[in-house]
Amino acid sequence: MKTPLAELHAAAGGRLIEFAGWEMPVHYGSQLDEHHAVRNHAGCFDVSHMAVVDINDRHGEQLLRHLLVSDVAKLKIGNAVYTLMLNERGGIVDDLIAYRRADGFRLVVNAGTTQKDLTWLVRAERELGLNCEIQHRRELCIVAVQGPQAIACVRELLQFDELTQLHSFSFTECEGYFIARTGYTGEDGVEIICQPEAACEIWERLVEIGVRPAGLGARDSLRLEAGLSLYGHDMNDDTNPFECRVAWTIDWEDEQRWFIGRAAIEQVRDQGAATKLVGLKMTERGIPREGFSVLSDAGVGVVTSGSFSPTLGQGIALARVPAAMHRACRIQVRKREIPAKIARLPFVRKNKQDLT
Amino acid sequence: MSDFPPELRYARTHEWVRVEGNRATVGISDYAQTQLGDVVYVELPEIGSQVEAQSEVAVVESVKAASDIYAPVSGEVVASNEELESAPETVNLDPYGDGWFFMIEMSVDSLSDELLSAEAYEALCVEEGD
Repeated sequence: MKTPLAELHAAAGGRLIEFAGWEMPVHYGSQLDEHHAVRNHAGCFDVSHMAVVDINDRHGEQLLRHLLVSDVAKLKIGNAVYTLMLNERGGIVDDLIAYRRADGFRLVVNAGTTQKDLTWLVRAERELGLNCEIQHRRELCIVAVQGPQAIACVRELLQFDELTQLHSFSFTECEGYFIARTGYTGEDGVEIICQPEAACEIWERLVEIGVRPAGLGARDSLRLEAGLSLYGHDMNDDTNPFECRVAWTIDWEDEQRWFIGRAAIEQVRDQGAATKLVGLKMTERGIPREGFSVLSDAGVGVVTSGSFSPTLGQGIALARVPAAMHRACRIQVRKREIPAKIARLPFVRKNKQDLT
Repeated sequence: MSDFPPELRYARTHEWVRVEGNRATVGISDYAQTQLGDVVYVELPEIGSQVEAQSEVAVVESVKAASDIYAPVSGEVVASNEELESAPETVNLDPYGDGWFFMIEMSVDSLSDELLSAEAYEALCVEEGD
């Protein structure tokens, strides 16, 4: 599959790879330059491969209170929440953002899990005996504009002054644009959901005013520096939120709200998880990669995401390690064991390095 | 389009070899550096080590992935390009010049027929690129 922006990517020298069934640009020449552009100025990403699902129904709230770990009853119109869907075992079906609109909810879910998520939504709907209108909005595009200058650039482009007042995890809709102050880079910015023609136009105009097209490669190194998990790598159907550093998304307050997976993760909460997801920094030269072993006195762990950090100039990773592991460890990088230590997350906060 | 200097020989694993006397300088091809993307780390063989043709002797890593570098010829490593440790991007900028990896003093007749001409190697890359 291709997104409606595919021709623009090709014209800009985008190097295409297959990702979750989509042909997507991994970079447009230099992943490093794109990474730095987002940290220092602004970059734009085509993330139209992700799925927009609208639930325009008064029963939407009931459905989502049953499906999501967050309590959407508390979500005000115009606000969004990063949340999870769990299976009965407490494993993570997907991580997603839920937006509350005037007439219902909008979900943005991962590309690789779209079909699984839709099946899961429909199954829950039937179990609850609801008849919600669940719409997969295939036609919609998503353009993420990220970086310290992202807001200023989008504001200039759309002549939309209110943008600066839009706080983090809120959104607004105007003239066919759905603009949310969200992102996946650790920088300020917005994600714009709109029709293909509008997406192509906004992309071209962003590039004209100096916003740099950035590919999936930079998106991955940026999110890793920001300490953000990637579904299918740092979390999956067999890992629970406590093992993935995302238990903070769970709203336990309403004890009558038996969202799917609650019983299983209450047990994990009370007994403690056997493993934890931590950030690791290499203390010597070497780049950790997904699947590499983490060796420590407390036992063996595994790197779930690893890369060279362009901002820090060293190898960084997210790794699932024994809960008892403290600070120091070694990562098996091919034939060598390279020392690493647990680092505070995020590794990089809005282009300010944490030097600990 | 990638560059394939005609005076060099190439391995199917994307290393190039420049032979001068019985010394072989080795690097990775322009095509290979393009495929890898931004090179951020290079692990070089130790000087004095004996290497066998087609054995893994070095590693090149881009932001995205690591790739093994195979010795195209057998012999003793007599030089390593230590400049790459502080400036790995040289591999992208000048793959056939300053971006060389190491030099091997070849044991007799180790220049194998397996190594390709520029023309044959280019054909291989075109095929791979499809």
